[in-house]
Amino acid sequence: MNYDQLRHFADSYGLVFMGIVFLCLVGWTFRRGARRDLDRAATMIFDEDRQDG
Amino acid sequence: MDNTVSNAFAWLILGILAIFAAAAAADSGFSFHMAIMAAVALGVAFLTMSRGDWSERTTPTVPVGRYYDEVIRWGVIATVFWGVVGFLVGVVIASQLAFPDLNLSEHTNFGRLRPLHTSAVIFAFGGNALIATSFYVVQRTCRAPLAFPALSRFVFWGYQLFIVLAATGYVLGITQSKEYAEPEWYIDLWLTIVWVAYLVVFVGTVIRRAEPHIYVANWFYLAFILTIAMLHIVNNLAVPVSLLGAKSYSAFAGVQDALTQWWYGHNAVGFFLTAGFLAMMYYFVPKQAERPIYSYRLSIIHFWSLIFLYIWAGPHHLHYTALPDWAQTLGMVFSVMLWMPSWGGMINGLMTLNGAWDKIRTDPIIRMMVFALAFYGMATFEGPLMSIKSVNSLSHYTEWTVGHVHSGALGWNGMITFGAIYYMVPRLWGRSRLYSLRMINWHFWLATLGIVLYASSMWVAGITQGLMWREYGEDGYLVYAFAEVVAAMKPYYVIRIAGGLLYLAGALVMVWNVWMTIAGRLRDEAPLSTAFYDPEKDRPLVPAGPRSAVAA
Repeated sequence: MNYDQLRHFADSYGLVFMGIVFLCLVGWTFRRGARRDLDRAATMIFDEDRQDG
Repeated sequence: MDNTVSNAFAWLILGILAIFAAAAAADSGFSFHMAIMAAVALGVAFLTMSRGDWSERTTPTVPVGRYYDEVIRWGVIATVFWGVVGFLVGVVIASQLAFPDLNLSEHTNFGRLRPLHTSAVIFAFGGNALIATSFYVVQRTCRAPLAFPALSRFVFWGYQLFIVLAATGYVLGITQSKEYAEPEWYIDLWLTIVWVAYLVVFVGTVIRRAEPHIYVANWFYLAFILTIAMLHIVNNLAVPVSLLGAKSYSAFAGVQDALTQWWYGHNAVGFFLTAGFLAMMYYFVPKQAERPIYSYRLSIIHFWSLIFLYIWAGPHHLHYTALPDWAQTLGMVFSVMLWMPSWGGMINGLMTLNGAWDKIRTDPIIRMMVFALAFYGMATFEGPLMSIKSVNSLSHYTEWTVGHVHSGALGWNGMITFGAIYYMVPRLWGRSRLYSLRMINWHFWLATLGIVLYASSMWVAGITQGLMWREYGEDGYLVYAFAEVVAAMKPYYVIRIAGGLLYLAGALVMVWNVWMTIAGRLRDEAPLSTAFYDPEKDRPLVPAGPRSAVAA
């Protein structure tokens, strides 16, 4: 694969692939039931206060 | 016992090899560095033997049910120490620019001290802060002690050795002349070993976690560690001239070398100074505010957007150079797109205080963190602006760039680190509170005034410089000679020294505060509290006259 082929692969299939991966990763946080998980994750750092240090 | 002896023996062999390397070195700088290596290796060999556990009982170094905080305590002290050193060298080189007579010798001229300043503040101050806070946060959020305590000690001391080798090398003139990647090949190899050990400790702790979810701060730390490993290895690919000499040649040449360097350089900003410090923000701001992050979903979107966009922004350092035009435009477009995740992150941090904005008034640590976030937002607005080609044609190579870097570094990286240090110190040393909360206010205002003087003087200096350089007369010749532009900079350089001195003074207040807290002292001071409020007096005035008589 020479430079030109690599370049055209990158700005077509490569770009689409990266775009889809990004949308999936972001979209995952909008799935059904995500809010409960996210709230738990956000407040998890306050569970520890009994055993801190 | 066998382990102790074989460990000490391995260090002894390493020390002897370093002595041979020092004796056979091709240049004096390499010889000096091998002598440092030999001294360290023989010192460790001696310590291993003298502190060995000869009773043949296995004694766990970490008490069960406790976090391993020893290495974090060292890291906090190292952060404060290197911070003061780095700020001080910054004041020195700022003075050298304003008063060139201060370039005293070849070892201490501006050219050699400037990388000493940048490496001291970014890698020594910032790096130690990142290592210390990452070990602190990963244990607390995984609810598990550090995976490999011995290896974490190696990470800490190995990193300090890297700093000492790099810093002494700059003064001796050992450099591969790549900005923020100045250390030569053998120092790079040493850092690679230390960094892999760092990754093993961090990932090992995450794998052994007791908490099912991996908190978002750890995502940022992991992205920082992995990306820095990749950037460091690729940008430093080089062939040494001699295996016993300091000099090496890069594997890349010409514009490829330039692009690799700025792919490295900009992502050092993006992943070292941004992702790593955002990890601090995502843990310490919610903890200090005692409220969960504004939106955990936004924090995940912030993370992936930053990861997907940042890596492409480097070419904006090479506008109007031999770099292909499409690559310059690509760098510019991705830099402008970065504005969105950056501001998403800033809003996420600031809005964590939603409903508790009074803490900015009553809690000096929160005030410091909010200021850091404000400057994160400001610097990440200014950066995309400067990456636009037409703006860059004015700003590039001027003091504006220096001002931009420092509003990010002093405002964002410095202030969030100070906040994290003030948060951690009483907890790490088991104190009821800091020596003095009021001294944080002093630190805050000294640092803030310093940043304001620094940033505003450099904006004016940079735009003046850019305009003077491009000024053409009617005959088509440049109006100003280069030396005239240099002379015009003098007042701004002097103002910058004042700003740097104020920032340094703030850091010295922190040294005193941290020192006294570690010593177990509590300053006798009026406690910081909310504004006085008496509900009994929170009533309308009773009007005089007949109505009051009715009321009575």
